[in-house]
Amino acid sequence: MIGLNAYLIVAAAVFTIGVLGIFLNRRNVILMLMAIELILLAVNINLVAFSAYLGDLTGQVFAMFVLTVAAAEAAIGLAILVIFFRRRGTIAVDAADRMRG
Amino acid sequence: MHPLILIVFLPLIAAIVAGLGGPWIGKTAAKVLTTGALFIGAFLSWPIFFQYIAGHAQPSVVPVLTWIHSGTMSVDWALRIDSLTAVMLVVVTTVSSLVHLYSWGYMEEDPGQPRFFAYLSLFSFAMLMLVTADSLVQMFFGWEGVGLASYLLIGFWYHKPSANAAALKAFVVNRIGDFGFSLGIFGTFLVFGTVSIPAILAAAPGMAGSTIGFAGMRVDTMTLLCLLLFVGAMGKSAQLPLHTWLPDAMEGPTPVSALIHAATMVTAGVFMVCRLSPMFETSATAMHVVTWVGAITCFFAATVGCAQNDIKRVIAYSTCSQLGYMFFAAGVGAYGAAMFHLFTHAFFKALLFLGAGSVIHAMHHEQDMRYYGALRKQIPITFWVMVIGTLAITGVGVDVGGGFGFAGFWSKDAIIESAWASGSVSGTIAFWLGVIVALMTSFYSWRLVFMTFFGEPRWAASEHIQHALHGDHDAPSEEHGDSAHGPQHVATGSGGYHPHESPLSMLVPITLLAVGALLAGQFFHAIFVDPERAPEFWRQAIAFSQHLAHAAHESALWVKLSPTIAMLLGLWIAWNNYIRDPKAPAAFVATFPGIYKFVSNKWYFDELYDVIFVRPAMWLGRLFWHGGDEKTIDRFGPHGAAYAVGVGNRIAYRFQSGYLYSYALVMLLGLIGAASWAIWWAR
Repeated sequence: MIGLNAYLIVAAAVFTIGVLGIFLNRRNVILMLMAIELILLAVNINLVAFSAYLGDLTGQVFAMFVLTVAAAEAAIGLAILVIFFRRRGTIAVDAADRMRG
Repeated sequence: MHPLILIVFLPLIAAIVAGLGGPWIGKTAAKVLTTGALFIGAFLSWPIFFQYIAGHAQPSVVPVLTWIHSGTMSVDWALRIDSLTAVMLVVVTTVSSLVHLYSWGYMEEDPGQPRFFAYLSLFSFAMLMLVTADSLVQMFFGWEGVGLASYLLIGFWYHKPSANAAALKAFVVNRIGDFGFSLGIFGTFLVFGTVSIPAILAAAPGMAGSTIGFAGMRVDTMTLLCLLLFVGAMGKSAQLPLHTWLPDAMEGPTPVSALIHAATMVTAGVFMVCRLSPMFETSATAMHVVTWVGAITCFFAATVGCAQNDIKRVIAYSTCSQLGYMFFAAGVGAYGAAMFHLFTHAFFKALLFLGAGSVIHAMHHEQDMRYYGALRKQIPITFWVMVIGTLAITGVGVDVGGGFGFAGFWSKDAIIESAWASGSVSGTIAFWLGVIVALMTSFYSWRLVFMTFFGEPRWAASEHIQHALHGDHDAPSEEHGDSAHGPQHVATGSGGYHPHESPLSMLVPITLLAVGALLAGQFFHAIFVDPERAPEFWRQAIAFSQHLAHAAHESALWVKLSPTIAMLLGLWIAWNNYIRDPKAPAAFVATFPGIYKFVSNKWYFDELYDVIFVRPAMWLGRLFWHGGDEKTIDRFGPHGAAYAVGVGNRIAYRFQSGYLYSYALVMLLGLIGAASWAIWWAR
């Protein structure tokens, strides 16, 4: 029987990789979307782990919702990316600085 | 409706309509309205005056409106009329209406005529409120009202910096006097518990000799109150040391000088002292101070008047000097004589000013007498009325049998005899100063006439005349203020210029005033100062001393003759210097340069005040401006706040990199912070 701690450690590791993927990645935006997926997965692992640990199905139902939303988010993100590429000719992260004040 | 209400309020209505509605009703309507209001006032005032002379009228109060009711203080708008008010009504409405009429001609070319006439009427209203005041508060209202109108009219030509400066100076110097006056009113209310003038005058003798705490000392109550009120009178009536504004006030148009700065407003101080005479009678010290201030001002202003070259300034100093006469008459207790001189002076001084205005008009706004000369043939009517005015101010007349004399003869002699008859030290000194000043008055008045109307024409050297000659006929409707320009000796010759006599609208008022200057003394001296008749006229209006009037009437022959002798001497000196030997004045100046400089620089009063008051005030102002305002308030206030916002902006700007990952980082840090707070602190 694998303990709760093991799940939480894996989830934390995945989460950290996702976060670092956002900050340290300067190359392209697809990687950033993938990093977001990682973060969401880490959250999912936490939800499912706690659900099993506490014997409460709510967490697993939430995990389903998160997966759905993540799929939708990925679809929209990729669509934005296509348009972004059409306009700027690149998908480098550093090129997306139009929010500069 | 009581005629008094019409007399007082018609000018106000006219001023409001002409002032606010001027652009719509047009300048002619504004002029007709204001002039008409004052003429109606004059026609209503004279019968009132004659009723008081005949002894038919009783002193009465006409209530108008309620005003202030607070605790024990109760002040209402009410018009008080007695013989003193009747005299002032006649003076104010007569001179004011004639000046209105005169201004039709004098201000003909001025674009701001509705405004000018509205100010004149506003002034007349305020002055009438002052003289009809039933309470000190209402008198203060009129007092400030005339001050305001004076300020507006001195600065009427607001595009001239010198006129603005003069207007400000008049206002600020009067503020000092008004401060004393208001302290006097507060003190009077404190002591008597009322500001109603009859109540105060009734209660004043009971307070004689009591003391009051002031500035950490015990002082005599009545002396303190009288002196504080007298400070107000000194400011308004241009007495030493608050006289400096009056000569500068000549920057205003000449009709204004005649009305406000000669005939009416500046006499408000004399009127106030006479109105409150039962109060002044309770303090011998205050009376001595009034005598001293009056006598010294009288002397000082006469000396300065002898050395001025600007025709209006000569008359301005003459006014200051004549006001000194009135004050020392009041100071020795001869209030009747003071009011008499006020009355006659209003006629002949308004006449002299309007005559001078006529000369200035003829000479194309040249005011320097050194550029006049030989004008008697060119403007004969002006010449003759000026001569009448001069005869009146110098006091020409004989007191033999019924006697005949010009206006000033009767009033000035009454004052000088009263000063002698009072017997006090200050009165005796005032008598001698009065006689010496009679000599100087005669000298500077005849000097004015001789320089203006006799001798060779010296017009060619004047810049104004040059302007007029070279086709520059759109005359600048302003007068040259300072007489500093021009040399002591100027080239003679007419330069081909032909002075023109003034229009009828100017000649009629000065002729009427000339009649006043000729006859006012002759007709009215009995009712003003005669020991038998005057008490019937004045009744309780002023503290008329029958004893003093008797003593003055029966003073020694040499006392009676001395002002006349002094006058003749002054005339001889003037004739000697300006007709027989025109080089003599320059020789005198060369012999005594010190005296001349001292006198022509007005005893250096302006320079003295500059050093004592103006510069320290400027220094202090600059200290607060740079040190207090700029370096403290601005630095830490508005400028500091703006600077802090700028610095904050630069920091916030760096955050807005535009890169997604840095926003994400900040979001993450915020999330960590919020989570930490939730876990550790908010449990």
